[in-house]
Amino acid sequence: MTVEAAPTTGTPAPSKGEVEQRKGVRVRDYGILAALVAIVVALSLSTDTFLTSGNLVNLLDQVAVVGLLATGATVCIISGVFDLTASATLALSAIIGVLVVQHTNVFVGFVAAVVAGALLGLITGTIVVRSGVNSFIATLATSIIYRGLAVVVTGAAILYPLTEQAEQFGMLTWPSLFGLTSATIVFVVVVGIIAVLIAATTFGRRIYAVGGNAEAARLSGIRVGSVHVSAYMISGICSALAGLILASRAGSAQSSMATGIELTAIAAAVIGGTSILGGEGAVWRGVVGALILTLIGNGFNLLGWDTTYQQVVTGVLILLAVGIDRWLRRRR
Amino acid sequence: MTHTPLPAPAIAVRGVGKSYSGVSVLRGIDLDIAPGEVHSLVGENGAGKSTLLKILGGAIRADEGTLSFDGDPVALGNPRDAIAHGISLISQEGALVPALSVLDNVFLARWSHRAGLLRSRADRRRFDELIEVTGFDVDPGARVDGLPIGTQQQVEILRSLARGARVLALDEPTAVLAEHEKANLLALIRRLATGGTTVLLVSHFLDEVLSVADRVTVLRDGELVLTGDAAEQTPGSLVRHMVGRELDVLYPEPAPVPADAPVRLSARGLNRGIVSDVDLEVRAGEVLGIAGLVGSGRTETLRLLFGADAADAGVVSVDGEELTRLTPRRAMDAGIALVPESRKEQGLVMMRSVRENIALASLSSRRAGPFVRPAAERSAVAQVSRSVDIRAARTDAAVETLSGGNQQKALFAKWLSRSPKILLIDEPTRGVDVAAKSQIHHLITELAAGGMAVVCVSSEIEELLALSHRVLVLRHGRPVGTFSRGVDREVVISAAFGDEGEHA
Repeated sequence: MTVEAAPTTGTPAPSKGEVEQRKGVRVRDYGILAALVAIVVALSLSTDTFLTSGNLVNLLDQVAVVGLLATGATVCIISGVFDLTASATLALSAIIGVLVVQHTNVFVGFVAAVVAGALLGLITGTIVVRSGVNSFIATLATSIIYRGLAVVVTGAAILYPLTEQAEQFGMLTWPSLFGLTSATIVFVVVVGIIAVLIAATTFGRRIYAVGGNAEAARLSGIRVGSVHVSAYMISGICSALAGLILASRAGSAQSSMATGIELTAIAAAVIGGTSILGGEGAVWRGVVGALILTLIGNGFNLLGWDTTYQQVVTGVLILLAVGIDRWLRRRR
Repeated sequence: MTHTPLPAPAIAVRGVGKSYSGVSVLRGIDLDIAPGEVHSLVGENGAGKSTLLKILGGAIRADEGTLSFDGDPVALGNPRDAIAHGISLISQEGALVPALSVLDNVFLARWSHRAGLLRSRADRRRFDELIEVTGFDVDPGARVDGLPIGTQQQVEILRSLARGARVLALDEPTAVLAEHEKANLLALIRRLATGGTTVLLVSHFLDEVLSVADRVTVLRDGELVLTGDAAEQTPGSLVRHMVGRELDVLYPEPAPVPADAPVRLSARGLNRGIVSDVDLEVRAGEVLGIAGLVGSGRTETLRLLFGADAADAGVVSVDGEELTRLTPRRAMDAGIALVPESRKEQGLVMMRSVRENIALASLSSRRAGPFVRPAAERSAVAQVSRSVDIRAARTDAAVETLSGGNQQKALFAKWLSRSPKILLIDEPTRGVDVAAKSQIHHLITELAAGGMAVVCVSSEIEELLALSHRVLVLRHGRPVGTFSRGVDREVVISAAFGDEGEHA
């Protein structure tokens, strides 16, 4: 017995993946920007102080440190690794910077700090690639070593530049273009360069491919190890610059600088919408994540809310960001 | 505690439909399946056969219509309900716990216990009974992640039986199996059906479907176009219903290799792991097929030729020039390309766009300093996509949204955009629908006719014999013979089995 059903012909529907992909991409692309705009609008309407140039300059100065670290974290996460050494690298390179400043001058010292950051990134990356240990564990261990070295080098003391260097050492807090602080300018320029590097170069393509599928990337002739090491070096440079901004602000460096901030950086990357699984994301997302985290702090201050609740709000936000990401992902 | 399985229910499907975000993938399906029947669902990729199987298997719920067992409507939407109704779905991906033993997987969450303590000896007895029923040869103590895919699938079947499944839903069960494993599985399916178990089967292999199924349902674009006795159908009639038109299912005839064609690729004394002393030679314009059972070292040999794994010993030469310390990069520089076995694991970056994937292997040929040249890339990708006929609405869509056939074509496009001299292909058409399969066969034949040297591995012996000028047979990693075009299929198979041929 054979039953022939008359097939109803019509225009073939677009495949289900196609349609959902389009919708999913839109929401995931711009949802986080909408959240940022919403916070900005809410704060503008509810306070008189938010939209003052003083507050905005202050805000952009504050976002520089987390923004730089979030950029480094984003690059690493896209390439499929974590960098938990960020804050220890920050401290160690700032300390090296101050030591070199003491023996030469501020300019050479700052350059030395950035070179130190890049070298520490090179070492971290080499350890991760060569050991084959999961990057989370390998960088956790490495960060303890770096932090320990920072204690050894400083003898647990606070390092200051020489008295006559002190004023120039604070140069990153000086006002610069458009009344913004030099720190903000450094942040914008460096993050801009890295964003272009990731979005428009063949190196950026390799970063995405390695993070998305390391084996497919390897079989496409990509040196997966070098790509990871490069990602760690970018992260190291970002950490060093963030360290210099903090040191310049404080007028000193010490081994306990910015402890735990590497997790804030990863949180910023994730809030921005970079997939923790690698292969997806963008530098601007890390920056938006950092802006949102900074705005929450700023909002608590301006609104006179009890800042003891700030961490609770931040934590809830991270859960929401990751939860929404997962929900959108499951629908496609 | 063996339980006598209850008789399988008569399954009735009425007006079943399913949509994903407003796009209908299955519409108005009416279907009756008798107890103890082997019922096969066929159709091109995207026709809705896997969706229907998942609905019957209880993994997903239909948006409209009803599903009833022995006249009682059932609402299944999760594995627990399905198991409670004696239905077991075995999907392509597998659902085993890699770090647990075979025994623990078979009785997963249903371990024998007394007062909360596990009684593994009781499990062991239950296991032996199942082995007797199925005739499988599986070590109960082995860790699942160390087993070949074929054996893992057997573990899943054992688990279904251990749960007293009366309806077994299998999604592409033979896609990953070697010839003799396929035969064993098909025989088991027949035995289970004789014992009263209903078997639902999705497969691309029409010969297989017709040999094992009692009845066949053909789906096209989410609609049922035919349900009938398998005995009344031929592969040709099924294909006609699947694609809605006549389709050239014949293999293309390869162009003869010119007598003066130079040797492009040669390998001498390749060794690593199972691969032992493999020599081979491919001339420009020639397709060399590599045949052998699963685990005979076919894939491993291709990987050594590409430098994907480093050989312990042996030499690979291109145009007579020896390649030292071979890596994928060096192989690519020498003009070799590898289309690997698994698109998902080794071939494509699934969440990235079609364009980025195709461009990945040839990034440095289209750059301005460090920068990608987007316009040049778009036009290059568009051109190569056309040449392999990728059907994607937008090349910016993630490659994972494409059908299996289009993904495979994207993988070919990625390598063809480098214009390689030598193309190594591992399983050219695995998980690819009938139409795309035929296109890929024509593509390979055309590439060889254009002077490319091709080495092809395939578990489908017909495909391999039809595409190749010569076939090299491996057994336990050693070459056991090279056969010219026109060789009998039985000759190749018995060479692949060797001494084991008699009792396989």
